[in-house]
Amino acid sequence: MIEAMTQFKLRIAHLYPDHMNIYGDRGNILTLRQRCAWRAIQAEVLPIGPGAVVDWDAIDLVFFGGGQDSGQALIAADFVERHGPDLRRAIDAGLVLLAICGGYQLLGHYFLTHTGERLPGIGALDLHTIGGGKRLIGNIVVEAAAPLAPTRLVGFENHSGRTYLGAGVHPLGRVIAGNGNNGEDGSEGAVYRNSIGCYMHGSLLPKNPQLADHLLTMALSRRYGSAAVLPPLDDTLELNAQRTMVERVGRN
Amino acid sequence: MRPALRLIAAILAGKAAALASRAFGRGGGTTLPGVVARRIEPVTLARLCALLPQGVTLVAGTNGKTTTTRMVAAALAAADRRVLHNRAGANLVSGLTATALAGSGIDGRPRADIGLFETDEAALPQVIAETAPRLVLLHNLFRDQLDRYGEIDTIAANWRAALATLGAGATVLLNADDPAVAMLGEGLTARVRYYGIDDLRHAAGGGEHIADAQFCRACGTRYQYLARFYAHVGHYRCPGCGRERPTPHYRLARIEPAGIGGARLLLGLPDGGMEMQLPLPGLYNAANALAAVATARELDTPAGAIRQALEGFSAAFGRIERIDAAGRPLLVALIKNPVGASETVRMLVEASSAAAGLHMLVVINDRHADGTDVSWLWDAEFERLAGVTGRVVVSGTRAADMAVRLKYAGIDPARMTVVEALPAALDTALAQLPPGAMFCALPTYTAMLELRTELVRRGWARPFWED
Repeated sequence: MIEAMTQFKLRIAHLYPDHMNIYGDRGNILTLRQRCAWRAIQAEVLPIGPGAVVDWDAIDLVFFGGGQDSGQALIAADFVERHGPDLRRAIDAGLVLLAICGGYQLLGHYFLTHTGERLPGIGALDLHTIGGGKRLIGNIVVEAAAPLAPTRLVGFENHSGRTYLGAGVHPLGRVIAGNGNNGEDGSEGAVYRNSIGCYMHGSLLPKNPQLADHLLTMALSRRYGSAAVLPPLDDTLELNAQRTMVERVGRN
Repeated sequence: MRPALRLIAAILAGKAAALASRAFGRGGGTTLPGVVARRIEPVTLARLCALLPQGVTLVAGTNGKTTTTRMVAAALAAADRRVLHNRAGANLVSGLTATALAGSGIDGRPRADIGLFETDEAALPQVIAETAPRLVLLHNLFRDQLDRYGEIDTIAANWRAALATLGAGATVLLNADDPAVAMLGEGLTARVRYYGIDDLRHAAGGGEHIADAQFCRACGTRYQYLARFYAHVGHYRCPGCGRERPTPHYRLARIEPAGIGGARLLLGLPDGGMEMQLPLPGLYNAANALAAVATARELDTPAGAIRQALEGFSAAFGRIERIDAAGRPLLVALIKNPVGASETVRMLVEASSAAAGLHMLVVINDRHADGTDVSWLWDAEFERLAGVTGRVVVSGTRAADMAVRLKYAGIDPARMTVVEALPAALDTALAQLPPGAMFCALPTYTAMLELRTELVRRGWARPFWED
């Protein structure tokens, strides 16, 4: 089975790695890379910086992390103006994407700051974000919706923006512990076609191998059809880390 | 109550709290006396500091402030100056107050010539306001405990506002190699001095993904790096507006590493050169020594006393501390944020080349003082450990997370054992240690305190407040 995978290659676009790289989100890239390498799938990670021209049809998986406010301010216009229309079309067509925190917010319609400024997103996901006063910080456990149910995802959130979902997306899951999208409606994250956004750092994918493999499976089957089935890996350590936090946070 | 009486009442209450804290075995009373005294007289610290004949010096920065402050204290002591120093590491305003109380008589008169305080990054603005320092050393600024401190831009903005309140009689000493810190020197009333590393043979790069200040503060353009030591530290220039690394007044001209034993340093100072054998390894300890020399010189310490102090320097607890674990040498190296951890790992890997494998006990906690967010483990470059690691025991409240991190860094899970409780983890690590191997413990802050307690219990180390 492993040998059969060597024919497969995935191109992973990492959006603005120099600007949007806070809170260890790089762990998601390390995880995608390693989980491909352990299965002899070739994975090429392409850093996409300001001014880059991207052929989204050639990309199999996109990762967009969170950044410092100053980093986000430097790339927001480039992202929205340069990539907005094309990326929106690609997401509509089923591009596989994971966005965390600042990247998640930029995929929505807009971010309304606490000073009343309306910062545009690309509107690929039917959601908007409103700047809040108090930051929502802490461990978070989320019961994933289908197709990942009944997985409980674990992570760490640290955001002041409150995100509200429209009818065009559904939540990644239901908050068991923590705040999630807005601390009000019990939802966390958003899913639209093959794109997922959420607030979970930690890093997210290393401790939630089910989600990592879900993304890889979608990317492979999109490029190679249903013949591409991921061979299982020994996830003892990963699942132990996930279970440890589910049990610990659940106890509190 | 009259102010003079209120201060005496605060001092007495604080001293009583210190006695009680020790009597009940609650550590060394490094913070509580300050909390008690400030409840009675909120300006206790300001009043006590105002009586110090040579004023107050503050040291802040994400990494290296404990070591650097201890180096400066040693240099001042070698010049026979009596130093009020928060040596046990309590670096919030309550800890500084406790230190000042312990070093004062009940009338508030200090039994010291000068105050020297390592200061927490977030506490620095308030401490500047209360202590009116004559000298402020800012060593570096990296991402650290984002859940507690916030982003480094926020800290830099708060520091800038606090530095702007200092008058012309004060000096601000800045690391020229860290643009997040160096750019704070613009437009200040205080006198500004810089220090930096000129030996570019050690600009090995690394950690670019955690460079938090690689875009010009003034115009947003990406700095060009002529050389990079690690993360955003190096020799840089902004192609947008021409701002560049300031020319340092204190220079580290040459670093000649000598393994785990230390390095030979050649320094260029405003009034001549200095050569010394520093008994601490690693590039960042050389940078700490440079900052300490610059600080001590700015405080008019004779060069001979500085050199004598640094050549006889021994590490602070947990900062590359060497401990005899019943005949087996144990090296304890605190890791607490991505840049510090990456540089510690780099130093260990380089130093372990002569040993029969590098064996480790990694203890990761997520208590308040560690930061409750362990995302930073994924920013640190543990990848360097792949290939040199013998056996690893992973411990602490986040042992399970760390085991995953090491697996993705390329360390074979078969070499790892997860033991959450620290005493059992230490036993496991010692039991599987082959002869001649290098054994190193990498704890987070609270894990280091726990490890220390365990080592004291076994009679292998002294309590930290006696350190």
